[in-house]
Amino acid sequence: MDPIHQFEIKNLLPIARIGGIEIAFTNSALFMLIALALILLLMLGATSSRALVPGRLQAVAEMSYEFVATTLRSTAGPEGMKFFPLVFSLFMFILVLNVIGIIPYTFTVTSHIVITVALALLVFFTVVIYGFWKHGLHFFKLWVPSGIPIYILPLVTFIEVLSFLSRPVSHSVRLFANMLAGHITLKVFGGFVTMLGALGFLGWLGAIIPLGLTVALTALELLVAVLQAYVFAILTCIYLSDAIHAGH
Amino acid sequence: MDPQAAKMIGAGIACIGMGGAGVGVGTIFGHYLAAALRNPSAAQGQFANLIFGFAVTEALGIFSLLIALLLLFAL
Repeated sequence: MDPIHQFEIKNLLPIARIGGIEIAFTNSALFMLIALALILLLMLGATSSRALVPGRLQAVAEMSYEFVATTLRSTAGPEGMKFFPLVFSLFMFILVLNVIGIIPYTFTVTSHIVITVALALLVFFTVVIYGFWKHGLHFFKLWVPSGIPIYILPLVTFIEVLSFLSRPVSHSVRLFANMLAGHITLKVFGGFVTMLGALGFLGWLGAIIPLGLTVALTALELLVAVLQAYVFAILTCIYLSDAIHAGH
Repeated sequence: MDPQAAKMIGAGIACIGMGGAGVGVGTIFGHYLAAALRNPSAAQGQFANLIFGFAVTEALGIFSLLIALLLLFAL
């Protein structure tokens, strides 16, 4: 029982080999496509009828829209709504990937740091490019807080720059590590069940405890999956708010 | 000492850092709950701040977990 085995990337369909790098359709790509298809089905199915009194599917779509829109408006202001497509896509993509990953025998795409780093760098560069495009050199004010005595200003600026640069690191590692640690914990407790079961009848009686814990941990993982998607989205909103209103 | 054993010990020591994040997250949620019970009508407006504080605090614990995972599986 290797708890890391579930994160293995398998080549499902080799496509090409360029230099020493193999390009293939992997299980990671497959689950990303499944998540995309689920989101498309939800959104297209919800908006096809467009009833005044929403049905169940339309209510889910409207609630998720309102949820993200309220978060974005309260953290980045009304101007932030121009970034709504980005934030909503990120939130729905990560949410669906996280929730699919809880189902046994599926693959958790967000448990790979390459995916989360790509998403976090997308947000980071959006903030930097939009910030410089909108404010020009005034964007540097973001790192120079006003009302600080001049003799500690260099130190504060240094800390601000450092915290700005470490944002993509913590933004990506948080999602990745939460998913990874949660799934390893589930697998370890699942391993206890089989280990105790190998001991015979008394072992099966004892295995009830880790089995119950696995069920409880799955419920906790569902909470973590939704919470981490929300945290990723709200941090995106806060970082975008910095780009929209540069300077403290 | 066997390098493998040193790695395992190092990973265990790295995990101590997560305790600090645990204290921090507990403080954040505890204070939020205390304040929310004093003034329940204002609590909903601070939910985004709660999650932001939680995320920033948790990041530090996650960094030490990352070191432990790197020691165990990557290096």
